[in-house]
Amino acid sequence: MDNTTILSIVTFVYGLAAFLYVASWVFKKPLVGKLASWVAVTGFIGNSVGIIMRWVESYRLGIGHAPLSNMYESLIFFAWTLVLIYLIIERKYKNLVIGAFATPFAFLAMAYASLSPNISDRIQPLIPALKSNWLIAHVITCFFGYAAFAIAFGLSLMYLLKQKDPDNKSKLFSLFPNSFTLDELTHQMVVFGYLFLSVGIITGAVWANSAWGSYWTWDPKETWSLITWFVYSTMLHARMMRGWRGKRIAYLSVIGFTAVLFTYFGVNYLPGLHSYGGG
Amino acid sequence: MKLTVVLLLSIAVTSIIGTVIPQNENPAAYFREYGEFFYQLFSMLGIFDMYHSWWFQLLILCLTLNIVVCSIERLSTTWKIVFVNNPPFNISRFRKLSQKESFNSGHKLEDLRNTYEPFIARRFRYSRVERTDQGFCIFAEKGRWTRLGVYAIHLSVVILLIGGLIGSVFGFAGYVNIPEGEKVDTVRLRNVDTIEKLDFEISCEDFDVSFYPNGAPKEYRSSLTILEGGKPVYKKDIVVNDPLRYKGINIFQSSYGQMPSDAARKRKVQGKDTQNEILLNFTSKKTGTAYQVKTVVGKPIDIPEQIGQFVIVAYKKSALFGGQDIGEAYVGKLTPKDGNTVDILLPLHFPQFDKMRKGAVVISVAGQETETFRPDKKPDIWYYTGLQVTKDPGVWVVYTGFIVIIIGCYITFFMSHQRLCVDVNKSGKNSKVIVTGTANKNKLGMENKIKRMARQLEDLVKEG
Repeated sequence: MDNTTILSIVTFVYGLAAFLYVASWVFKKPLVGKLASWVAVTGFIGNSVGIIMRWVESYRLGIGHAPLSNMYESLIFFAWTLVLIYLIIERKYKNLVIGAFATPFAFLAMAYASLSPNISDRIQPLIPALKSNWLIAHVITCFFGYAAFAIAFGLSLMYLLKQKDPDNKSKLFSLFPNSFTLDELTHQMVVFGYLFLSVGIITGAVWANSAWGSYWTWDPKETWSLITWFVYSTMLHARMMRGWRGKRIAYLSVIGFTAVLFTYFGVNYLPGLHSYGGG
Repeated sequence: MKLTVVLLLSIAVTSIIGTVIPQNENPAAYFREYGEFFYQLFSMLGIFDMYHSWWFQLLILCLTLNIVVCSIERLSTTWKIVFVNNPPFNISRFRKLSQKESFNSGHKLEDLRNTYEPFIARRFRYSRVERTDQGFCIFAEKGRWTRLGVYAIHLSVVILLIGGLIGSVFGFAGYVNIPEGEKVDTVRLRNVDTIEKLDFEISCEDFDVSFYPNGAPKEYRSSLTILEGGKPVYKKDIVVNDPLRYKGINIFQSSYGQMPSDAARKRKVQGKDTQNEILLNFTSKKTGTAYQVKTVVGKPIDIPEQIGQFVIVAYKKSALFGGQDIGEAYVGKLTPKDGNTVDILLPLHFPQFDKMRKGAVVISVAGQETETFRPDKKPDIWYYTGLQVTKDPGVWVVYTGFIVIIIGCYITFFMSHQRLCVDVNKSGKNSKVIVTGTANKNKLGMENKIKRMARQLEDLVKEG
């Protein structure tokens, strides 16, 4: 079995996990949630195996490089980081409902990677610009950042949903962690993502300085990552200095994640140097 | 603070413009794209190079000033909090906290105090014991200095901007195309369209581009030599991601191209034989004598010993023989004294080639090196290498800013000023221990820490 087959299977495993998490939340069946958790762990193992196999396979093809070099590989890695962070949160906070708002992103990323006709799942050799040790550091830090922001986005959605029902009457939202925890957890995820995004931008700048001769060129991807960084900076200042909590923070987290999505996908439709992320 | 948010967001929002409208393109292209009115408007606002426009730089400057002013204003307060000899401690504040962990112990106050005091002192940077009405309390804290983390981040923003400023004032970014085998000592600067003279010459000995089987580029490699006063002082092959650095100047592989084909041919043919003259060797099979005859393309010559007539009809960049590329060659026509005209192929790099024909005469092109031909590189394609040449003395300042920002973020977000209060009071025969604590950040984490601390303190005196 080659890596793409395994990763296609993982897509469905994540889909199943997401479905089970949602089912366990909606129908209030904790056992289904336990099952979902195990399915997610299985998917994560499969995801890891797929990435490692792809890595090994690239060496067998004589073009060995870490599987972090194109859109397909980045989406696979994004799903991996997202599920990893989610599973850690699940262990720590023992709340399975969060899974219903986190794992669907992993499923969507994998499905997009596997099914989109624009994304090639072939192992491609590295073009000269990507042949650098900074590739691994840059991509890993950026994607940990993106994944943390994605989870923060899911948590913010949960928070906003919960606010629709202030008296806790609806049974649907009673299983959510309490508003305070949701808010605090969103903040923690944003802080984590912010640190990784900062390091990601910095490694990118150092890399750009050795590849293109300038650490900052206002390339669209750079600019959008900076915009994202500014949005989250605003959010952190609002929270830490002004004491913003709750709804306003949740909205900022949603805006921030929109910027992340644009940095990740939207930029490919703009002219610029970062074109390898596209296909 | 409000101003900070407004500035941050306005920089973020205006930055979007520059990612949607391509920057620094040809004015004519803009004119076509946007029409006269918008072209005028946009160029007046500097939208076509917006990140260097006065208003965008002004926004960045305002943000920096804002950060500096806010930081200084707040720093005086924080400074007083951070640098105290005796951290203030107010037990009533801790007693008011809603989150507290407590347990009862059968030990005497004295015993508890003797056990807990060193235990806590080991775990916290500062601790002290105070007497209370009905017992004692241990106050401990650590991470007071982490309150300064945020100033490190703000400082780093200033460092980054200073670094950027140094780069733009004392540095430059230019580009130059060097044909293989040639050298330059000037580069054309980007955006400003002026020429910068370098203190040395850059010579490009060779340029190679290689491809993967799927056609994607594998490597661009330029063999460069730095010459000072005409003497080579430094040699390096550069590829993308591995630039040459010499005396503060960085040379990057950035692009490449082929010289126009007639320029290439001219160089190749002329470079070796002036005025397109070709020197041919004729070796008679009968007598074994070798003759050298000069000719040019299209001029028929008589071969000595009355063997016949020969004319070169064409030059080929890459001739094919049996489907194999054998590189540069002349194509000629040989008309023997008594026979039909035959086509002759004279590969420049294989002088023995014509022997295979087993004719009355062996023809070859004189004065060719046989070593230079490699099938992977067609020698007649004359490349130029496109180099990015930069000088940026501010880079190290910027990198320092990067390090400070990472450390600052870590301190600010993952470390906190934690205060612990272990309040021990006499409660009948027993002692009641109440553990409370505060942190200026990550309050959830602190709650868990307090819980853990209470369990540890309880376990500590259980057996003993």
